[in-house]
Amino acid sequence: MCNCSCTGEPALSEKDRRLVELLNKYRTVPGVLIPVLQEAQEIYGYLPAEVLQKVARELQIPLAKVYGVVTFYSQFHLKPRGRNIIRVCLGTACHVRGGDKIFAALQKELAVDDGETTTDLRFTLESVACIGACGLAPVIMINHDTHGRLTPEKLTGILAKYE
Amino acid sequence: MMQDRTKNKTVKTVMTKQVEMDTKKKQLVTLTIDGLEVTVPEGTTVLEAAQKVGISIPTLCHDPELSNPGSCRLCVVEIELNGRKMRNLPPSCVTTVSGGMVVQTQTEAVRKTRKTILELLLANHPKDCLRCERTGNCRLQSYAYEYGADFPLSGSALDGVRQNYAFDDSNPFILRDMNKCILCGKCVRACGEVQGRFVLDYAHRGFVTRVVPEMDRELRDTACVYCGSCVSVCPTGAIIEKNKVGKGRAWDIRKVRTTCPYCGTGCNFDLEIARRSDSKGQMRDEVIGVASSIDAPVNGRALCVKGRFGMDFIHHRDRLTTPMIKKDGQFVEASWEEALTLAAARLQGIRAEYGGDAFGVLASAKATNEENYLLNRFARAVLGTNNIDHCARLCHSSTVAGLAASFGSGAMTNPIEDIAKTDFMLVIGSNTTESHPVLALSMLRAIRQGTPCVVIDPRKTELAALAYKHLPLKPGSDLALLNAMAHVIITERLYKEDFIKTHTEGFETLCEAVAETTPEWAESICGIEADLIRDTARRYAGAKRGSIYYTMGVTQKHTGTHNVMAIANLALLTGHIGREGTGVNPLRGQNNVQGACDMGALPNVFPGYQPVTDASVREKFARTWAVKVDALSERPGLTVGEMLQGAHEGRLKSMLIMGENPVISDPDSQHVIDALEQLDFLIVIDIYLTDTARYADVIFPACSFAEKEGTFTNTERRVQRVRRGIQPVGDSRPDWQIIGDLAAAMGQDFPYTDPASIMDEIAMTTPSYGGYSHKRLDREGPLCWPCPAEEHPGTPRLHTNGFVRGKGKFHAVPYLPPAEQPDDEYPLILSTGRRLFHYHTGTMSRRSGLEEVYPEEHLEIHPDDAGALGLKDHDWIRLSTRRGAIEIPVRTTDRIVAGMVFASFHFVEAMINKLTNAVTDPIAKIPELKVCACRIEKIDGPEGYVPPAHKRVLW
Repeated sequence: MCNCSCTGEPALSEKDRRLVELLNKYRTVPGVLIPVLQEAQEIYGYLPAEVLQKVARELQIPLAKVYGVVTFYSQFHLKPRGRNIIRVCLGTACHVRGGDKIFAALQKELAVDDGETTTDLRFTLESVACIGACGLAPVIMINHDTHGRLTPEKLTGILAKYE
Repeated sequence: MMQDRTKNKTVKTVMTKQVEMDTKKKQLVTLTIDGLEVTVPEGTTVLEAAQKVGISIPTLCHDPELSNPGSCRLCVVEIELNGRKMRNLPPSCVTTVSGGMVVQTQTEAVRKTRKTILELLLANHPKDCLRCERTGNCRLQSYAYEYGADFPLSGSALDGVRQNYAFDDSNPFILRDMNKCILCGKCVRACGEVQGRFVLDYAHRGFVTRVVPEMDRELRDTACVYCGSCVSVCPTGAIIEKNKVGKGRAWDIRKVRTTCPYCGTGCNFDLEIARRSDSKGQMRDEVIGVASSIDAPVNGRALCVKGRFGMDFIHHRDRLTTPMIKKDGQFVEASWEEALTLAAARLQGIRAEYGGDAFGVLASAKATNEENYLLNRFARAVLGTNNIDHCARLCHSSTVAGLAASFGSGAMTNPIEDIAKTDFMLVIGSNTTESHPVLALSMLRAIRQGTPCVVIDPRKTELAALAYKHLPLKPGSDLALLNAMAHVIITERLYKEDFIKTHTEGFETLCEAVAETTPEWAESICGIEADLIRDTARRYAGAKRGSIYYTMGVTQKHTGTHNVMAIANLALLTGHIGREGTGVNPLRGQNNVQGACDMGALPNVFPGYQPVTDASVREKFARTWAVKVDALSERPGLTVGEMLQGAHEGRLKSMLIMGENPVISDPDSQHVIDALEQLDFLIVIDIYLTDTARYADVIFPACSFAEKEGTFTNTERRVQRVRRGIQPVGDSRPDWQIIGDLAAAMGQDFPYTDPASIMDEIAMTTPSYGGYSHKRLDREGPLCWPCPAEEHPGTPRLHTNGFVRGKGKFHAVPYLPPAEQPDDEYPLILSTGRRLFHYHTGTMSRRSGLEEVYPEEHLEIHPDDAGALGLKDHDWIRLSTRRGAIEIPVRTTDRIVAGMVFASFHFVEAMINKLTNAVTDPIAKIPELKVCACRIEKIDGPEGYVPPAHKRVLW
């Protein structure tokens, strides 16, 4: 939701128009907050504060409650997400095989912490408890690709494949 | 001791009044708790049943005013039903009773479980009880004491991580330290369920779950209105009042129950007083804040920001502490004797030369009933004039006149509690959430529970935004709309024929008068669609218990009295009066404006609305006051506007003004100032050097409400006690004493020893107050008048058995446009009103932390009008009317109708009453403060102007 540079008034972007459509569709349906948040996140890639405010106002749900729901579920994000999501497994098997070293190397390489996104929005780094590929430990997922039997040295080459 | 035990073991059945009432609908259930037999209605919880027989069960998340999540599990008990133990230990706050239950509240298993729960809470709780503000008043701490729970040893298995969340210290009132939060959620529920604000909620998950304001912002950046309900329910030191920090612990604090000095809702609270040293190192009793209490009759634990945090004015450095005499244009301090002697001599001189009617007296809607009664005696019996009036003239004089003519009594007909019982609310010209914030909570709750509410107001107020319908009429067109509603009710035969026949007169007159006032006609005047007017009329008439609430949007018009009569017409047509949940309810403004009217602070009536023209009444008062009958004038006196005009013309020579500030509050300020300057002698009794006191010749320093005994009468006619918490500040004296001293100096000794003795005389002379005494009010709590006798229970609802005047009277009240219409020169309409964070002329509220959150007034303007003038938010303008001009920044909002602008009158820097129109209603003499024509020009703001950061504007 940016402002028009001529009038200073908010200009409706394509995304904003889709949000209005979404809210019009669900406005009168009870119990619809989570699906609306999911679709809104589809539209914007994350859930900006202004979008939450608008959702709260239109669905007549207190903003504090909306915020509570958004922060409860890990599927919702309040900050922009990277184009590529890296999930580093820190489950038992990966832990034994040095998953923490992989995680530390990625943190250093990308200069971000757990859950953070690089400033160029290229990568978001997240730790997860298990991705069900223990035989390949230590393992990471980037988007839908699984990379296993990793060593810290292999990481730079793998990251280079993702723009 | 033995005897006591036997008594406890005997079967004890508790039947409270409430239980008796409930039994009519509900089955009774008998169970045993710790060996005591208890009978309660079905649906009662085990916890409530235990409390009824005086058994206390610990709770952290439970609160009788809030919904019940049953989450803390501290209230667990053992229950046996039909000879079998219930599984686990059920929490008593969410377990309902059933017949034959055997409950044990203190078994070893129960105590052990409670201790473990407390230890788990302590495992993550900061170990700073030594310096925690809540120590001594902390539920967690006292339960830890009771159950022997301790902080787990450092390094032990139970010892947990302490959180390290940042404090929220962002605002002047509330300090939040979520490290001490035990997640009971009472603040979340109080904010939503009681206050209807929903600013707080749980956020995040697992161990880092915490209660946060919306979007995890600091409170000052949210919609919080600082009512402090969260503080009042917090069981630990997680949410505390900033103003009390470091000023005393629970055991240092003395509490005195009293009545709030701000609005007419009449909330009760406890003054919290600690012995502390003042700026000169002298020890004194100091009011460090207030605490709300669940047993307060009007408000429970709810208060608004003014009541909870607006008390700094009591000890403010600006308090007048000694009498002042003006010498050569400068005020110099004087002794009481000197000031009293001078004042008495001048008053006697003026009386001798010009007679009693050369005096004008302004009583005070802020002072107590006793003080107003006394000032009324002083004016009539000592000065010898009926020229006594007060600021009710500016707010509800049209109500007093209009409702007295229609029903026979000019007060709110139904109690505040009836808001919960109505099934249709019509709110006219009342910005209730800002002007009567705690009363508005009942309305908000009713709306949340589905009661349809229609708000008639040119501005989309908070209430209007939540209402079923908002009718944004053009300012000053109320009478057209109300007459059109009467037209609909009559032509569609929606009126109550039986009621009209038995209880009213003048129906034909009304029928004739509204024959032509069709909704279409009204639409052309007020801008509200005819069908919407029809719908509103039908809904009101069709309701079982329809009610009307209104304030100054109705009364402050030159047709104010007629507006009120038009409202009364609607109630008479539909029979929505004299029953629960109905009524015509003017919400009174000041804390004691109802009482000041009752106590004869009006020019035409003695206390209890007994006319000065009635010889028998004059005789009664002459006898009581030990003066000759002819000393009491039979001529009704002047209203405040007429007094000021009289002063202007030199007919009025002297005024005595007690606790009023007409320079800011009355219309056309320059005219007021000129009038005061014309006077030979002006006495002001006040707690501050107000803008009015500046023109005085003698100022007497009065006591604030915290320093005196007495009573206030709230908007629902409830007479409530005001109690002294501290000694008078400096050399100030309570107003009643000042009036007595002045009378004595003029040779009339008043016989009163204290305010209680004044109340005894009030009871003797004022029929509707006949049953009151301080003793009785202390014993039985507040009671609504009429309360004619000692054994009378008070009258919460008026007109239940017919009208006070015999029959309700319909009035033909034709529509008249506002006195000043917009034209080419002054194209906009200016309306005035109030803000949540300030009160009246700001003398009290602006000397408190409230000033920090609302330091400056702005003018509300519709974006269309702003666009046409090239204005954006925070631009400065010159606002002019035919009477003057002020400079003020603007704020655009689409919640005001185009063509109208709005500002409050709280700020001397933006003295809006320099601009308002002093034209008055011919009957009640109330000025038309709500509508005048104005003009706007853009100007440069003060050099280096920066809009105040974090100013709280409600929309």
